[in-house]
Amino acid sequence: MKAFTYERAKDARGAAQAAARPGAKFLAGGTNLLDLMKIEVETPTHLIDVQDLGFDKIEKTAEGGLRIGALVTNTDLAADERVRRDYSVLTRAIVAGASGQLRNKASTAGNLLQRTRCPYFYDTNMACNKRKPGSGCAAIGGYSRQLGLIGVSDKCIATFPGDMAVAMRVLDAYVETIDPAGQRRAIPMADFHRLWGDHPEQDTVLKSGELITAVTLPKPIGGKHFYEKVRDRASYAYALVSVAAVIQPDGTGRVAFGGVAPRPWRVEAAEALLPQGAAAVTARAFQGATPTKDNAFKLPLATRALASVIAQSKA
Amino acid sequence: MKFDTPAGQNPIDRMQVVGRAMNRIDGPLKTTGTAPYAYEHHAEVPNAAYGYLVPAAIAKGRIASIDTRAAKAAPGVLAIVTAQNAGPLGKGDKNTVKLLAGPDVDHYHQAVAVVVAETFEQARAAAGLVRVDYARGAAQFDLDQALKTAPLTGGSSGEGSGAPAVDRVGKFEQAFAAAAVTLDQTYSTPDHSHAMMEPFASIAAWNGDELTLWTSNQMINWGHEDLAKTLGMPKEKIRFMSPYVGGGFGGKLFLRTDAVMAALGAKAAGRPVKLALSRPVIANNTTHRPATRQRIRIGAQKDGTITAIAHESGSGDQPGGSPETAVNQTKLLYAGANRMISMRLAVLNLPEGNAMRAPGEAPGMMALEIAMDEMAEKLGMDPIAFRIKNDTQVDPEKPERRFSQRELVRCLNEGAQRFGWSRRNAKPGQVRDGKWLVGMGVASAFRNHMNMPSAARVRLGQDGVVTVETDMTDIGTGSYTIIAQTAAEMMGVPVEAVVVKLGSSAYPVSAGSGGQFGAANSTAGVYAACVKLREQVAQRLGFNSADAVFQGSKVTSGNRAADLKQAAQGGELVGEDKIEFGKLGKEYQLSTFGAHFVEVGVDAYTGATRLRRMLAVCAAGRIINPKSARSQVIGAMTMGVGSALMEELAVDTRFGLFINHDLALYEVPVHADIPHQEVVFLPEVDDKANPMKAKGVGELGLCGVGAAVANAIYNATGVRVRDYPITLDKHLDKLPAVA
Repeated sequence: MKAFTYERAKDARGAAQAAARPGAKFLAGGTNLLDLMKIEVETPTHLIDVQDLGFDKIEKTAEGGLRIGALVTNTDLAADERVRRDYSVLTRAIVAGASGQLRNKASTAGNLLQRTRCPYFYDTNMACNKRKPGSGCAAIGGYSRQLGLIGVSDKCIATFPGDMAVAMRVLDAYVETIDPAGQRRAIPMADFHRLWGDHPEQDTVLKSGELITAVTLPKPIGGKHFYEKVRDRASYAYALVSVAAVIQPDGTGRVAFGGVAPRPWRVEAAEALLPQGAAAVTARAFQGATPTKDNAFKLPLATRALASVIAQSKA
Repeated sequence: MKFDTPAGQNPIDRMQVVGRAMNRIDGPLKTTGTAPYAYEHHAEVPNAAYGYLVPAAIAKGRIASIDTRAAKAAPGVLAIVTAQNAGPLGKGDKNTVKLLAGPDVDHYHQAVAVVVAETFEQARAAAGLVRVDYARGAAQFDLDQALKTAPLTGGSSGEGSGAPAVDRVGKFEQAFAAAAVTLDQTYSTPDHSHAMMEPFASIAAWNGDELTLWTSNQMINWGHEDLAKTLGMPKEKIRFMSPYVGGGFGGKLFLRTDAVMAALGAKAAGRPVKLALSRPVIANNTTHRPATRQRIRIGAQKDGTITAIAHESGSGDQPGGSPETAVNQTKLLYAGANRMISMRLAVLNLPEGNAMRAPGEAPGMMALEIAMDEMAEKLGMDPIAFRIKNDTQVDPEKPERRFSQRELVRCLNEGAQRFGWSRRNAKPGQVRDGKWLVGMGVASAFRNHMNMPSAARVRLGQDGVVTVETDMTDIGTGSYTIIAQTAAEMMGVPVEAVVVKLGSSAYPVSAGSGGQFGAANSTAGVYAACVKLREQVAQRLGFNSADAVFQGSKVTSGNRAADLKQAAQGGELVGEDKIEFGKLGKEYQLSTFGAHFVEVGVDAYTGATRLRRMLAVCAAGRIINPKSARSQVIGAMTMGVGSALMEELAVDTRFGLFINHDLALYEVPVHADIPHQEVVFLPEVDDKANPMKAKGVGELGLCGVGAAVANAIYNATGVRVRDYPITLDKHLDKLPAVA
């Protein structure tokens, strides 16, 4: 870990301004950033601790949805009565992730900003365009069982590893931010995480200093909610494939996949095929996929996991 | 005490303390966090500086240059040690590869330097500033490639398993060709990491030319000797201590780099130094269980009688290393007139392979016990009946040698009844519970018992307290407790009157902890020392030692009686002895047996396997403490589930490393993976083993579990996977269609 300076922000705009300087990073729960700093995958020179900014409430919006403060812990979000009742795909996704201890500490914004778990990203002796732009990608041609197969590029085949965001994508959530100039914007979850392209070092569309203040959920959409997470062990593991879905009584619905791409993978044209069954959906959703030998199983797995969800929705 | 005839009646047979399910006497220290582990000897070493390792960034080659200027100039840095300034270093007898690289690099994450600083954070930051340039060398990292030209080899794990290069009985090839029913299959097991909870850690403190080392090590004497050899100094000048060990599983049998680098760092800094390996470094810096490629051939008559059995295994290791002796159990487990076993050893430049819990038998049984399941199916026999058909009470290679005890058949039958085996559908893929495909599997359990000399010293104080001193370690197994039970039984005192001191080179050399030999041998050593002490007590009291009875903190002989502590009124009494073994272990085959039963559900959609319940029935001699023994067995069963379903060090054959080198990607079972376990110990005493009449059990609980899981998966799905771990991707495309 490299030495760094530290400040505790008093207000959101001030935090954003402080974060605009090179080498600065926001610190919330720290469950991912601090681990990465210990092994020098992340080497910020300045941390801006945002824990005093007060974004720790879940409130109703005028539109009938919920505004989730950026600092609401994963535990509190999953346990919120309104979330459990109206957005249970989100509760299911959150409790499928990490451990109780981590969820107690991890924040809503931090969860969205967690970095990939590609093993080559974690080993600083290995080439990694995401960690060190231009250095190459050791994962391509390497051990890629966990890695991505769609939306990836010849520069990076990492995945976004989270669960919560997959559910938020299905719920059409927005990420609310403030920038150093005090400007606020709301970014659709669909656009929040970038596809790697030539710049895998940029995980999201956030600009320099831009601070997440909240995530908003539109008003409830009803339906049955599912989060099917497939992994080698029963808990405390990243998804090989996950399926977040909201299925309506008529068999239509929404579906997004985790563990396959740089972002929660939802293709609206594919989910429109839900009444035709899982294979039709995934054939469309994963059109153009570029799996490796190690992770090609994720394609049939995604189909079968979705088939499981559809079967449960009919039960 | 020389143990060379079967044990007769002795005080242990009273079973007043031994054999009772006692809580750990060190439990309160551990649950309150006050048992000092290797990194935590704050009281003894209040002024330690911190060491942080710089590990090699390449797997094979040479260090071209090391630039330590920036690191030296960093805040708080006291010293930096590399091969250039470490002085001459030897290599421990039990280390295949030296523990400090330079100029050659032998494997990925081999130690290149240690940075010592005032604080942990300063040491870690400065370690990141050490610049090392390497020249990569030619290397072989691919086991399958390397095995194509690998020579035959014999070998031993050094802790209970071994086999010659080729071992033949009868005429295997002819018998196999003539057999009515045959099986010829290959199986593979991956590299495994010990992944113990406590990382490798040491604190080193010099006083002049004398070194005190607190470390985390299973075998005090091996570590002590190899540290002296590595540092080129007399053993007598080193105190080597491991009073508490947070798990080892074989990874801590040997001296490792944390001990050496802490000692070198402390010398260079002129300060005591503490050093722990960070988790991401452990998988490649330390040892691992080597991957195997195994071919098994079995030929049988139509009635299930095995007439030919062959087991060939290949593994790889560093130059000068040893094979994974995965064929070992096949020498002994089943009858069959014509037999052949062999091993090949390839040279690999991956990290050093070495012992991990039940070396040999653990991966060997993973293969053999699938093969037995497959063969039973070919024969149309129940897999339990097939195993019982081929039971043997003698060493199949040397029929004049009987097993001292062999209750395999009873274990299988008892387990079948308890587990409800009769409810298993022999036709696979038939049982459904909602989305789950449900199956049951069985495997024999087998692990050799090993005799090891073990010494102890037992003191009787004036206060009547009995103090045991031995360099035996407690690696989470319960050694403190069973040694206290043994001394209490022998001296006729309650356990509360016994103090146990372990894990120091100041104490007599014990068996140590490994190869499931620790409990039986170390308590036998304590038994021997207690016999000596009892003689002194009787003598001091003027009693006839032959008929003196030690009971209720009193000693009685004929119509005379005295308080035990009365014997020490004239001064502390000390008994010291060592258990040593004669040829009984050669005349008889000492092994432990069991049966593992597993029920799994396989998600019909995703192919993910989840355990439903498991049972182990064990016959392993006298069980000294059923509670701690059960803990050993359930821990081993859990490890077996890990090896069956998830554990695999992923080899990057381009760069020569285990790339998933942390606990996020090297998965071991979590609580949610292990819903239900049951353990049964058959009542057994083995008078050919030692005066305790006990054998090992901690590895028996592992041997066979992986195959029982594999066989249960097959019974659930009808898809046979022979390549561990059995992750969903290996059978997904053969599961019934769902969409």
